[in-house]
Amino acid sequence: MANERIRHTDAGAPRRRERLTRRELLAGAAGAMGAAAVAPVAGQQSVTTTRRAGRGPNEVDQRSRFVTPQRDPSATSSRTPLQDLRGTITPADLHFERHHGGVPDIDPAQYELLVHGMVDRPTVFSLADLQQFPATSRICFLECSGNLRRGTPETLPQMVCGLTSQTEWTGVLLSTVLKEVGANPDATWFLAEGQDAAVMTRSIPMEKAFDDAMIVYAQNGDALMPGNGYPARLLLPGWEGNSSVKWLRRIELADQPFMTREETSKYTDPLGDGSQSRQFSFVMDARSIITDPAFPRVIEPGWHEIRGLAWSGRGRITGVDVSADGGTTWQAATLQGPVLPKAHVRFRHRWEWGGEPAEIMSRATDETGYVQPTWETLRAARGPRTRYHQNPITSWTVGDDGRVLFGAERLRS
Amino acid sequence: MVGWVGVVGIIGGLWVAAPAAAGQQPSPPSDHPDSFGLGRPATTSEIEALDIDVMPDGTGLPEGSGTAADGARTWTRTCRGCHGPDGEGGTAAPVVGRDPSSNRSTVGNYWPYATTLYDYINRAMPRNAPGSLTAPQVYGLVAWILAKNDIITTEAVMDARTLPAVVMPARDRFVRDDRRGGPEVR
Repeated sequence: MANERIRHTDAGAPRRRERLTRRELLAGAAGAMGAAAVAPVAGQQSVTTTRRAGRGPNEVDQRSRFVTPQRDPSATSSRTPLQDLRGTITPADLHFERHHGGVPDIDPAQYELLVHGMVDRPTVFSLADLQQFPATSRICFLECSGNLRRGTPETLPQMVCGLTSQTEWTGVLLSTVLKEVGANPDATWFLAEGQDAAVMTRSIPMEKAFDDAMIVYAQNGDALMPGNGYPARLLLPGWEGNSSVKWLRRIELADQPFMTREETSKYTDPLGDGSQSRQFSFVMDARSIITDPAFPRVIEPGWHEIRGLAWSGRGRITGVDVSADGGTTWQAATLQGPVLPKAHVRFRHRWEWGGEPAEIMSRATDETGYVQPTWETLRAARGPRTRYHQNPITSWTVGDDGRVLFGAERLRS
Repeated sequence: MVGWVGVVGIIGGLWVAAPAAAGQQPSPPSDHPDSFGLGRPATTSEIEALDIDVMPDGTGLPEGSGTAADGARTWTRTCRGCHGPDGEGGTAAPVVGRDPSSNRSTVGNYWPYATTLYDYINRAMPRNAPGSLTAPQVYGLVAWILAKNDIITTEAVMDARTLPAVVMPARDRFVRDDRRGGPEVR
């Protein structure tokens, strides 16, 4: 599967034949035959397509049959194929999913949002009501705080940290809705509750409601995908994905947190020897990952572009450093503008590989001066039992045979 | 479920001071009218139908009661298939265990509030039929789990008055998030 995907991604790239040859050596006879079947003969393809009319216009376009990016689903989540994407916006159908009671099937005509508690006017809003409020759009990432798999050397970027995606969200500022219902100024927390079988609930500080929280109903300009909260969800830019409650059915204002299961027994971080736990750790710290070259690529000596994503829940990324020698020396990568706050940014760095064993890695810095830590630094700060918010520097090793493998050794202990 | 007056005290004190939003008004763009005239007033009955949350002070707990013996019957029928006959060793997360140094977080070593047990079981359990349990059944399951963890006696009756008074072993384990950005890794 992985090799299938990467073959499509590579289609049309220079030196394709050479790379397939390398892969044939690795994959054996069966792989070689498959690769040969899709390898074009020079000139033949353009003749084939220019002498026969192609398909006409249709209702909904689909990816080329040669392009098959796929999320990687488990029982409770599916992960974005970071290695197959080249921009910063995640196609809606490839946005990661994480849910606790499955994806509900909600009729938008029946959808209602109740806002009550410490408000002057407890109110029920229809989807049309929410869409009639002044709208705003925002590009930001959404990341699950459980977004790290340490894995084996044969681990895809998707598996390392595919629980992050980016979207242009459209909806109404939560502060606009709270003004409509007359929020009590003494309210300090609100409960967000979903309409799924988990009836997901999180307590959110009102400060976030007044800052940049939104109720969104559009994903990349289209309706939300069901797995991302159709018809409406909470969006808390820069905060752990679980708090952006999907299928939002209820908001209740209060003057204390509700201490739901998700914010006590889950989504809390044991510290030190484990006798204490950090609670309400919402913000996602700065992070980056190289998405290419990465496993399962096999590269040739010569010029390459190291490419990846960086993001911070605290604001803008100000720099990404790249090392090709396992962290001994670092160079500044180029950031692709516009660099938006609380958003994925693309970084790129030209690199000439001479054929010797190498280890490539990236390190993000955000506008607060926070520098993405090593695994050792993170463990020293939090202890061995921390579960969420793990954002260590990760690496890819390149063998003298050109094979790129995940630097799993860096995340041992 | 908000319906009490100023019962913040010990429970809320730590957190109320934290994000310090009290007194802050929503601040949408200043050119917005006072009201867009959207939405309709919520009726008391529809609020009651949806307002199922239970807070640490017990606000939101319904009438009814249950003991560990009551809960044992419900456990056998609806819970043990996933959570195991004694609340551990099943395919689902263990709910029994008091060892604070264990890597497996349970109700006994990790949950700070007994009220959360009622809230969560009532809203999301059992996985194949969430929301199907009656209030006495939920109280019984809460009592069974707490008794299995040696937090209450097997005779103790759990209801809207007694459950919020249960002090959990992990009550004081939680600390505020002290990450603030900047160069220090926390």
